[in-house]
Amino acid sequence: MLRTLSRVSELPIIVKQLQKVRNCNAAVAVTNKTIVTVTNTKQHQQQQQQQQQQHTKQTNRSSRSYSDNNNNRSNYNSNVNSSNNIGRQQHKNHLRFDSRRSYSSSFFGLFQNAAQAGVAKTNNYATEATVQVNRPFKLHRLEEGPETTVKLTKDEALKYYTQMQTIRRIETAAGNLYKEKIIRGFCHLYSGQEACAVGMKAAMRDVDNIISAYRVHGWTYLMGVPPLGVLGELTGVQSGCARGKGGSMHMYCPNFFGGNGIVGAQVPLGAGVALACKYKGNGGMCLALYGDGAANQGQVFEAYNMAYLWKLPVIFVCENNNYGMGTSAERASCNTDYYTRGDALPGIWVDGMDVLAVRSATEFAIKYVNEQGPLVMETNTYRYSGHSMSDPGTSYRTREEIQEVRQKRDPITSFKELCIELGLITTDEVKAIDLKVRKEVDEATAQAKNGTELPVSHLWTDVYSNNLEPKLRGTNGYDIDHIQERKGVNH
Amino acid sequence: MLRSRLSKVACAAQRAFSTSPKALAAKQMTVRDGLNSALDDELARDDRVFLLGEEVAQYDGAYKVSRGLWKKYGDKRIIDTPITEMGFAGIAVGAAMAGLRPICEFMTFNFSMQAIDHVINSAAKTFYMSAGAVNVPIVFRGPNGASAGVAAQHSQCFAAWYAHCPGLKVVSPYDTEDARGLLKAAIRDPDPVVVLENELMYGVAFPVDETVTDVDFLVPLGKAKIMRPGKDITIVAHSKAVETALLSAAELAKKGIEAEVINLRSIRPLDMQTIFTSVRKTHHLITVENGWPQHGVGAEICARFMEDPAFFELDAPVWRCCGVDVPMPYAKTLELHALPREPDVTAAALKVLGKK
Repeated sequence: MLRTLSRVSELPIIVKQLQKVRNCNAAVAVTNKTIVTVTNTKQHQQQQQQQQQQHTKQTNRSSRSYSDNNNNRSNYNSNVNSSNNIGRQQHKNHLRFDSRRSYSSSFFGLFQNAAQAGVAKTNNYATEATVQVNRPFKLHRLEEGPETTVKLTKDEALKYYTQMQTIRRIETAAGNLYKEKIIRGFCHLYSGQEACAVGMKAAMRDVDNIISAYRVHGWTYLMGVPPLGVLGELTGVQSGCARGKGGSMHMYCPNFFGGNGIVGAQVPLGAGVALACKYKGNGGMCLALYGDGAANQGQVFEAYNMAYLWKLPVIFVCENNNYGMGTSAERASCNTDYYTRGDALPGIWVDGMDVLAVRSATEFAIKYVNEQGPLVMETNTYRYSGHSMSDPGTSYRTREEIQEVRQKRDPITSFKELCIELGLITTDEVKAIDLKVRKEVDEATAQAKNGTELPVSHLWTDVYSNNLEPKLRGTNGYDIDHIQERKGVNH
Repeated sequence: MLRSRLSKVACAAQRAFSTSPKALAAKQMTVRDGLNSALDDELARDDRVFLLGEEVAQYDGAYKVSRGLWKKYGDKRIIDTPITEMGFAGIAVGAAMAGLRPICEFMTFNFSMQAIDHVINSAAKTFYMSAGAVNVPIVFRGPNGASAGVAAQHSQCFAAWYAHCPGLKVVSPYDTEDARGLLKAAIRDPDPVVVLENELMYGVAFPVDETVTDVDFLVPLGKAKIMRPGKDITIVAHSKAVETALLSAAELAKKGIEAEVINLRSIRPLDMQTIFTSVRKTHHLITVENGWPQHGVGAEICARFMEDPAFFELDAPVWRCCGVDVPMPYAKTLELHALPREPDVTAAALKVLGKK
């Protein structure tokens, strides 16, 4: 498998070291983009193939939705790239091989040796790396797809890890608060799906928008609401982002339109937000997220149709976690290839547990919808919890299945392992982040628990942006005066 | 014949409280043109305003309400949609959340039932759910209630359904001044407004003076209008039923009874102050609507009287005239009997007054 790695800080040293290492017919090219490409000898290739197969066996799920995806393609294209444009080259055409990310110990060993043999004092860790996404994209009505070779900087690695970990902790805290009966009503947890949100957000620009359904605590946080704003909203206190008036499913902030309780309703709404972007000419787009359960709603297809006709810059994203509440995708949909359900609309299937794949696909999609029209993206993901807190999540799937995903495909763990192996972050940094996130979320949880609710006068506050009712009716009479605190953003 | 009778009554109503040169020099404008000019004015005034719906663009509007607008404003501002109410209503609400000012036309409000989730859950409730963060400045408009011979699935009145929901404003214009002024005010309002027009009124012409044709003419939402002052009994109606009320008032006048006819104009907010003030004068009240009786507009007015000191001004119970509580039939005679007509209203008034 072709792998490229770059280590900005020590390249000249490494180059020298590599040249000394045997068993490597290295054609090393150092570009001004500091990418190092190493080609493998046949022996090396065989070694790699063996490891690939082992790795593949481990990761070869019998899960239905993955059956297509575990093709082991063993015809590799090894490239000798000695040009100066490696960093810029489009590797798409060469990626007709299994792009599973497996670490050839001999190759990695090269670096270990190089590093150890090399400088002792300098920072041994990289600031940028180039990697392959874990699984190839599947395309519907598209000639070219997203990049499978992606760059990851240290800052990005830290950011994505922190974000995913924060979402995981917020959701865990929410689950605990619910069990303590401090959160009431609905609580739909995102644990396991973090890579979808973080990957998409990583590709979003400031002008972009997103709308989703009710599994949005993670998105609310990513769009700028601090953990207290999320947890406070869940516990119904004033520090919540809707001051406790919305609850779990009705959180809003700039460019984030909720938080919608009616399954599927958010999809045409998202197309409408995209229409506004196009109308205003601000170059923005809207991500309209829905699940495999909502994917069969009629209004979703109505939205596809109009978005296509009017070339709206909307990315329809089906976060397929394989279960719509308690009904598996196979029992609900005649066609579970949700990325093809747009029919005339092109579609991309993405491994939703791989944050870099999601980011790459979203970047591609943003460019596409701004130039050509809407498309559908299916991020295949998994939720560890039940549909909501009232669902244990084990009556329609086995505990073994959940455990398997947790152990083998967890988005946070696999990303962490990737970053550590790439040398982008250290285990110490990871620990520090974990502690910091835990502290932050624990503090927010305590504040959310102990916060105060809005005074009762807020029951009749801001029913209208421009109230015309002389009096509002209370339970027993027309004796309430509407209070106007805010006007709303659309004036 | 009915139309010319109506115009006479309308003119009489106008002249009854205005004999200024303005009124006499007034020009005639149909309700359709009132709506069309309102749309035109508001599209010109605010770039964010746009109209979407079935046949609104190239067909000039199913009922020609948007005639000429597509030619003038083009594809960006006047958008033809496929026959997918739930989808396009959702798109309109999303556009409103994101800062535009859409006017979403339903070919009739019967089809709005397909999209009612978006009107209520996506539009009406959002400002409150977001604790005042996101307001939804959208207008849903279209013909409401019975037409002629369109039978059960195309004849329902939705005034009571929409007016039931907090977060929405609901208006129901009767004449040209109402239509033009209320639609303009609705478009400028930052909250979701449902404008319940009436297909049978589209072609009816009313005199309008230059205040009405002024580009900033607005009829305030939530205020009723006294169409015809009186002292013996108050008749409250909305939309097409205002015509029936005016015809009945003319009949009652022949018997020496002066009825005060109130045109509600708005269903939510309901202008109870005007009705209370009127009843303090007349002490008798009947309501007239074409919608069904149960939980209807008249029922709401009755309930409000129960809960207000104005109850003690009544010398007799409030009585409602409503559409017969059946789905609308097709056959002409049956259809004729399904809605309150002048004799029904006159009979109700006489009953409440204790006269024959």
